[in-house]
Amino acid sequence: MFLNAKKNYLYLNELALMKVYLKFDYNILTKKIIQEKLSELGCKYTIAGFGEIDFLENIPDEKINDLSAKFESYGIEMVENQKSVLVQKIKDTITELVTSEEPLNVKSSVFIAEKLNHSYGYLSNLFSDVTYTSIENYIIIQKIELAKQLIINNQLSLTEIAYRLNYSSVAHLSTQFKNTTGITPSAFQRIITKRRELSSKNN
Amino acid sequence: MTTDFIYITLADDDEDDRLFFTDAFSELKINTKVNTFNDGVELMDYLNNSESVLPNILFLDLNMPRKNGVECLLEIKQNERFNDIAIAIYSTSSSEEHIEETFVNGANIYIKKPNDFNTLKKILAEVVTLNWQYHTSGLNKDNFLLRM
Repeated sequence: MFLNAKKNYLYLNELALMKVYLKFDYNILTKKIIQEKLSELGCKYTIAGFGEIDFLENIPDEKINDLSAKFESYGIEMVENQKSVLVQKIKDTITELVTSEEPLNVKSSVFIAEKLNHSYGYLSNLFSDVTYTSIENYIIIQKIELAKQLIINNQLSLTEIAYRLNYSSVAHLSTQFKNTTGITPSAFQRIITKRRELSSKNN
Repeated sequence: MTTDFIYITLADDDEDDRLFFTDAFSELKINTKVNTFNDGVELMDYLNNSESVLPNILFLDLNMPRKNGVECLLEIKQNERFNDIAIAIYSTSSSEEHIEETFVNGANIYIKKPNDFNTLKKILAEVVTLNWQYHTSGLNKDNFLLRM
């Protein structure tokens, strides 16, 4: 009936013998569209809440872009995804920065902003919105994580690790380690060693 | 997605402490769901039930009747199902030896109970934020040690 209505519209309008009012439930409408488009994509998902989709499998980027384009024609925008993609790019850049063995001759903020082609202010706000921590703090966390790995591997001395991670001195590394984790690098090493002894004893 | 919840569980026999703790979380920016237990037996009954939602972070008071924090810690560490839970020891003791021992036994975080509410809020915010980074950035949980 609804489909025919379009054809008869002019006629009806001219005579105005009959008028039909439509009422929409936007929630149902949106949900239906989302479900339809997602089924076309053919992947497993659940609708977690209003405007929130959880995928139960990994979706390749092309499919996500495809979906994004489909949604767009209905005025539906994939917000979180774009945000989290950029946040992931920031994280990747930080990993690159931290693991690089060459000392960096620009400030990390400049490096990140130039690499991702956005202003640092924008990136920095976005980052804290999504991750609840600042870029600066995240860099420190990553550096300390890398220091932990190097300490456990036992191949480099703390001085060498400090040099490798571009700290100005061992003292600087030790202080930042202690400030971030609450324990000293040597206590960390002791605990992990004891843990390993304990678990090899138990197994 | 950012609207994810962090599930948090606390076992503590002190009612005031439980109350402070839940209040502190309700004021944080990160979305959390908190449940509490009065002692180690109640806690382990909950965790061992296969239908329970396992917490992302478990806060254990050391001195509890029936089953204390260390006993819970050892039990949890023996069960692979609990591998993803970050364990925080929440205690009034600050003996160095004691702290190191709980870390060796598998605790990730050691918190000395603070005397005022604002410090508690600050500490919990820091713990949850750092845990969130481990959770979302694929950091190695085995190396997650934090003392506050």
